[in-house]
Amino acid sequence: MVYFSKAKMIAVLLVCLLGIAFSAPNFFKEETLNSLPDWLPHKHVNLGLDLQGGSHLLVEVEFNVVINEQLETVVDDVRTALRKARIKYTGLGVDGKTGVKVTIRNADKTEEARSLLRALGTLMDISESNNTIRLVLTEKAITERRSSAIAQSISIIGRRIDPTGTRELSIQRQGDERILIQLPGVKNPERIKRLLGKTAKMSFHLTDNRLDEAIRGRIPPGSKLLYRVASDNQRGPVLIKKRVMVSGEDLIDSQPSTDGTSGEPVVSFRFNSRGAKKFGRATADNVNRPFAIVLDGEVISDPVIREPILGGSGQISGSFSFQEATELALLLRAGALPAPLTILEERSVGPGLGADSIAAGKIASIIGMVLVVAFMAIAYGKFGFMADIALVINMLLILGGLSALQATLTLPGIAGIVLTIGMAVDANVLIFERIREEVRLGRGPVSAIDAGYSRALTTIIDANVTTLIAAALLFIFGSGPIKGFAVTLGIGILTSMFTAIMMTRLLVVLWLRRTNPKKLPL
Amino acid sequence: MSALNLIPANVNLSFIPKRKMFMAFSALLVAASVFMFLSKGLNYGIDFKGGIMLEVRTEKAANIAGMRTTLGDLGLGEVSLQEFGQPTDVLIRIQRQDGGEKAQQEAVNTIKAALGSSVEYRRTEFVGPKVSDELFWDGLTAVGLAVLAILMYIWFRFEWQFGLGAVVALSHDVITTIGIFALMGFEFNLSTVAAVLTIAGYSINDTVVVFDRVRENLRKYKKMPFPELLNNSINQTLSRTVITSVTTMLALLALYFLGGEVIRDFSFAMIWGVLIGTYSSIFLAVPILLNLNIKRVGSLVGETETEQAP
Repeated sequence: MVYFSKAKMIAVLLVCLLGIAFSAPNFFKEETLNSLPDWLPHKHVNLGLDLQGGSHLLVEVEFNVVINEQLETVVDDVRTALRKARIKYTGLGVDGKTGVKVTIRNADKTEEARSLLRALGTLMDISESNNTIRLVLTEKAITERRSSAIAQSISIIGRRIDPTGTRELSIQRQGDERILIQLPGVKNPERIKRLLGKTAKMSFHLTDNRLDEAIRGRIPPGSKLLYRVASDNQRGPVLIKKRVMVSGEDLIDSQPSTDGTSGEPVVSFRFNSRGAKKFGRATADNVNRPFAIVLDGEVISDPVIREPILGGSGQISGSFSFQEATELALLLRAGALPAPLTILEERSVGPGLGADSIAAGKIASIIGMVLVVAFMAIAYGKFGFMADIALVINMLLILGGLSALQATLTLPGIAGIVLTIGMAVDANVLIFERIREEVRLGRGPVSAIDAGYSRALTTIIDANVTTLIAAALLFIFGSGPIKGFAVTLGIGILTSMFTAIMMTRLLVVLWLRRTNPKKLPL
Repeated sequence: MSALNLIPANVNLSFIPKRKMFMAFSALLVAASVFMFLSKGLNYGIDFKGGIMLEVRTEKAANIAGMRTTLGDLGLGEVSLQEFGQPTDVLIRIQRQDGGEKAQQEAVNTIKAALGSSVEYRRTEFVGPKVSDELFWDGLTAVGLAVLAILMYIWFRFEWQFGLGAVVALSHDVITTIGIFALMGFEFNLSTVAAVLTIAGYSINDTVVVFDRVRENLRKYKKMPFPELLNNSINQTLSRTVITSVTTMLALLALYFLGGEVIRDFSFAMIWGVLIGTYSSIFLAVPILLNLNIKRVGSLVGETETEQAP
């Protein structure tokens, strides 16, 4: 035991040096670190949102809306195809959650209809019984559509929240239909939530002048009754033609600005060439008639076309406040979400609370450390002092490990570190108690220390594996801050086993070699 | 520097002879916990129940009564306010709103509009019904799996009787922790589950150390009466058990008093866990072995030491 191979000694020292090197950046400011040579580690510990302040938002993409839209399109396609072929049908509509059905009146035509509808697309399974044809979206088609809808939503959310692409935010898919948004240091989560709350589907429609009829409950086919959203005094119904003149997809830019004459905030926009052509033709054909600008099923403005708009640009005035105009312009620039989002969970922490938590965590760790260090020195004298050195190194290793892995340190994570301070010395307690026993049984110092270390080892491993199991399960099932706790607890167990067994052993061996004592001060 | 023996080397307290008393006490604790859980129930936090929680700071000492009236008039159902750490800080809890996910978000907006911008929003959390249900089941699964995994490990490393003893002690610790949370009305949330799992780990840690010694003594002293052997094993590891509990407790007390209001309940759960975990490994896990008929044949290690009184 007094033999501690050179290689092993170097390995232990190397691990300690690595720990110190990786933990060191945390004791310096960012500016100081930037002036260091590149080969030195300069990563700080990654602070969780609960410590640096920020928002955690879990949103769900209402995917059934996407599927419904797709089915509505299929219904339209079926209608067109059957009418063109002059096949009479009845009961055409959406069937269940993922299908469309139609019943063919004339049994002779069923086969013809079936082959016509099969040609509509490969994304649907087709079946027929008693002249009723069913088209059902395939699993594969749904899965692919879902993935693309989520991917599209993620990129649009990014463009809405972070138009300049400069912020440190994370937007990730979680599970089937969810997206987790993490925004460090956000000051105004309400604005972010407003930006996520709108689908921002915009379209331009002609209006239908049979409004009175529609209000009485007879909505003409091909038209739709919507309401103005703007301000309360203008709130009222508008009857629009369902056919889209130009859709928001053709927008290439939109900016907030102020109207030249009235001075009120407006959103000015520009179409791409296709949109400009369509818009120009539609406005030329409908001078002096009103049209409606529809956003998410509400009419934001329904001005009268004074003259053909041929340049492909225009402006929307909807009695906006300047903030509203700015946000609408941003939404239109970023594009429409494929489906509305629902916020399932929010956890926002202001920067003040985060800073307080860090300060409290630091003090608790330092005081906890001082108490444990003092207690160990009292209980085990010189040996306790060696365990204390190992404990300090252990803290640096944990900090270094967190920095190197770029794991996230959360408030429960700090609690995990403090708990580790208390439990890390357990291995040393086990070893020292064992050495005391061996001394009592009459062994000499060297042999007692040897036996103490080797006999305590299995106990230490058994005892720590159980805590590691708990940490692993917390990591798997925990979310956010709790994961952070699991990480520090796990790292803490591993590093404490290293320092308590290897480090103290090295220290004890060096001490034995130097003093060669007849009796152990334990 | 000289060492101090906190626990005398020749300590020999009689744990096993008095085991009936301790078992009865534990049975009583468990029964009381189950009763508290069933009658009073747990004060579930928004993680598991859904709902809204806000922590706000006012410039001067907060007028909690006034805030309570303001928020109570909003028609959002049950509203609870409490001072949080200092007179300027208030923790506001609003029950989960009827009407699905969107209703929660709307309620947050209503509250913020009512409180205005004169307060600092230090924390805003809301959990909708979907997520809270999932978190609840995830938490339950995690605790269940942890107990199972630990049982498997002990079984693998020791004999099944030890595994059973460990699980009885572990369940005792988890149940009484839940009991004390019900009794004190502390909030039971995700952090509490993390604390419970850590307690499970700590409790087993303590138990394993004593079991290890029992196993070792079983091999060493083949003819020693079992009760005496168990009692010696506890006494031999007593110094370690006490010292580790003290160091862990010192660290946790620092956390409880200095770590801030947000994790105070979490620290409390751990402090309780260390106390109960230490108690159960000494007074419960080991005495149970006595009733479980452990075979004492064939030592696996070739240590044939002579019988000697420890």
